[in-house]
Amino acid sequence: MTGPESPRKPELVCPAGTPAALRTAVDAGADAIYCGLANETNARNFAGLNFSPESLAQSIAYAHQRNVHVLLAVNSFATAPRTQMWKDSVDVAARIGADAVIVADIGVAAYVAEKYPDMRLHLSVQAGASSPEAIRYYCEQFGVKRVVLPRILTVAEISAIHRQIPCEIEAFVFGNIGMMSEGRCSLTNYATGISTNMHGVCSPASAVQYVRRPDGSTSAELGPFDIDCYSADESTGYPTICKGRYTNVSRPDPYYAFEEPVTLNLSSLLPDLMNAGVTALKIEGRQRSRSYVQMVVSAFRRAVDDISAGRQPDLGGLAQLSEGGKETQGAFKTKKWR
Amino acid sequence: MAAASLTMGPILFHWPEQQKRDFWFRIADEAPVDTVYLGEVVCSKRTPFFDHSLEAVAERLQRGGKRVIWSTLAEVVSKLDRKVIESFCGFDEVEANDVSALYFLKGRPHRIGQYLNVYNEETIRHLAGNGASHFCLPVELPLSTVSELARAARETNAGIEVQVFGKVSLALSARCYHARAHGRTKDNCLFVCENDPDGLDLKTHSGKPFLSVNGIQTLSEKYLNLSSEIAGLQAAGVSAFRLSPHSSDMVEIASAYRQLLDGAISAGELDARLDAVGVPAQRMNGFVHAQPGFAYVANRP
Amino acid sequence: MPRQTSRTAHETPEPFGLASGKLPKMIGILTAPLPLFPVQPILRRMVLEVTRKRPELFERLGPHIHSTYVIDVAEMPFVLRLRPDPDAPGLSAHRRSEQLNADARISGPFSALFDVMDGAADSDALFFSRDIFISGNTEAAVCLRSALDDLDGSIVEDLIQMSGPLYAPLRFALTRLRKPRVGDRA
Repeated sequence: MTGPESPRKPELVCPAGTPAALRTAVDAGADAIYCGLANETNARNFAGLNFSPESLAQSIAYAHQRNVHVLLAVNSFATAPRTQMWKDSVDVAARIGADAVIVADIGVAAYVAEKYPDMRLHLSVQAGASSPEAIRYYCEQFGVKRVVLPRILTVAEISAIHRQIPCEIEAFVFGNIGMMSEGRCSLTNYATGISTNMHGVCSPASAVQYVRRPDGSTSAELGPFDIDCYSADESTGYPTICKGRYTNVSRPDPYYAFEEPVTLNLSSLLPDLMNAGVTALKIEGRQRSRSYVQMVVSAFRRAVDDISAGRQPDLGGLAQLSEGGKETQGAFKTKKWR
Repeated sequence: MAAASLTMGPILFHWPEQQKRDFWFRIADEAPVDTVYLGEVVCSKRTPFFDHSLEAVAERLQRGGKRVIWSTLAEVVSKLDRKVIESFCGFDEVEANDVSALYFLKGRPHRIGQYLNVYNEETIRHLAGNGASHFCLPVELPLSTVSELARAARETNAGIEVQVFGKVSLALSARCYHARAHGRTKDNCLFVCENDPDGLDLKTHSGKPFLSVNGIQTLSEKYLNLSSEIAGLQAAGVSAFRLSPHSSDMVEIASAYRQLLDGAISAGELDARLDAVGVPAQRMNGFVHAQPGFAYVANRP
Repeated sequence: MPRQTSRTAHETPEPFGLASGKLPKMIGILTAPLPLFPVQPILRRMVLEVTRKRPELFERLGPHIHSTYVIDVAEMPFVLRLRPDPDAPGLSAHRRSEQLNADARISGPFSALFDVMDGAADSDALFFSRDIFISGNTEAAVCLRSALDDLDGSIVEDLIQMSGPLYAPLRFALTRLRKPRVGDRA
């Protein structure tokens, strides 16, 4: 991994929810894979997903044989009285030789810094560190080597932050885009009693129901709340509160009060991001299938290689994987998004 | 056990300057609260509207025997946000709502606000080591977690505060949902949030009340009321209880909670007084019971 | 966010109309209103074979090895009821009109469902485009998807190899009905 000033080709950091997806990402050209243990200590704690310590160790061996790094996300918030579980996950990362641990919680960061001072520490997007001051705090206090920036900044802002912090920047370039500041959203807990921060899951499938209505429409329900309703021919997104449609006193027709179901795709901004000093480009989607991983990782592999070699990248064909079949550049292109 | 402290949290909504002034003057003169939190927590664009009243308000509150704490912005994105944070951190007593503020405050006494993620004893120890002396906990914590955190705080002589009344903050965003509701963006919002003194309520397709929008903040539509849980929270070591300002009669609401804390009235009597001042009847207390936050768990002692 | 296995408008599809017009006679055995009893032993053998050859499938299912699934392939004249319990596996064919107790029902066209089974298509994308519909216990459906996605190789190929008298029509249906795979592009 490179220092912040090295004008090198950026690292491509790719998601894996299963060992099969991890091998797929490695084979498709990832430089690093991020993944989590199958428990509440990571922010994609979905049913049937993620790694046992044993399968993670085997996966790390597979990746390391091919010079690919594996980063373990321990990036939900350690919740008393269960704090030990997060410490145990950090211990697993140290024991089986993960190349870095990605954390959001101050207590977990303190534990890593104290117990494993040589372990490479990345600050998760879940920490929501969006200002140079916040990032510097984590660097000074815990020796953070890389910050994953929240998806709320413009490329110009990222560039400005780069000049003011002593660590590397990792930025999301593709995938699901949550509307709420990461690590600061209790909407799921409000509706379901399961907390994104404390249990690592947003809109848990166990609380989701799709109900067919007599008129052919489908109601998406989270807990007791019908967060959206689709007509028969409408495409859709994940059943999350921030992508639902609601009414208010002056808007009697349901509207996307927060955001439409769209997927972040910054492929056209890749050269700008690379010039802004971004060390690593991150693809979202640990909950997605290996088919998604294969397609997105290989597309971005080609694009990064093309741009680095001065060729025009071709990034068509990713739209079909997008939520609602729609893409956005989110906050990255312009402040008007806000 | 020290006497339980009653606090008035920062005004979350964009009330007109005169309304804010009148509110705080009346709290200063009439409300039995020990501590008040001043400052704009939600949107730095709103700060100029109240800047020149702050001094008079703080002075009046202090004359009324209230301890004044300055609350910082919960989310920091723009240059203006950063400037506002830095200037607020110059005050003597500050409540940090974002890690940006910790950067300026470390090494001297300060408070930690409910927007900072404090979920475990290690976090308490780390922050206390940097000068944190009081923690207002995140709204979504169950009692079992609150108890553990209060225990850790006691070891560092720090106070623990929990919100007991008002809509609760559920999410923050870079995007302004008030502006969006009116077809605008954050930069050209024209301060439409001023029209909704208690937030803009959202309903689901089937008409179920759900959330409430306040600029970049998403709140519960329901009002939190922990009247029946206060005794348990005190027993767990919570030392301060926060009321979050709404347009209802907050002096009367503060008086009722003060009497409840003093054992002068029952939780049932408090609830009736909330009814009397028009606080919406559908209330919530789920989080502290480890239930969905919106839920109301019958818990009469 | 859960990865949803996806959905379609075909919860009560009309397989006969669709099938008779578009599919060659070769796969009539799959689409005609045939008696179901000859199919049952074949299905039973298939699920036993999968249980024997793919034990890793069940680890990811966790508690959902005890869930039951109805898999409703639009082009088929019957629906499948799956119980992925390694100790008592079950796979049986039922009339679509039958009231079946199941924890989750997964419906969609042949091409979409089989590609998801094989990890050849992204089920979230098929869900967004509403090619696949799920109802009932969403977590059970998502879990089954995760378990299938972690399998190496093609479980559909495995199944075809095990399908005995259904081999030829299944193989033909597969090549004929499957959309080009996303993975084939790369």
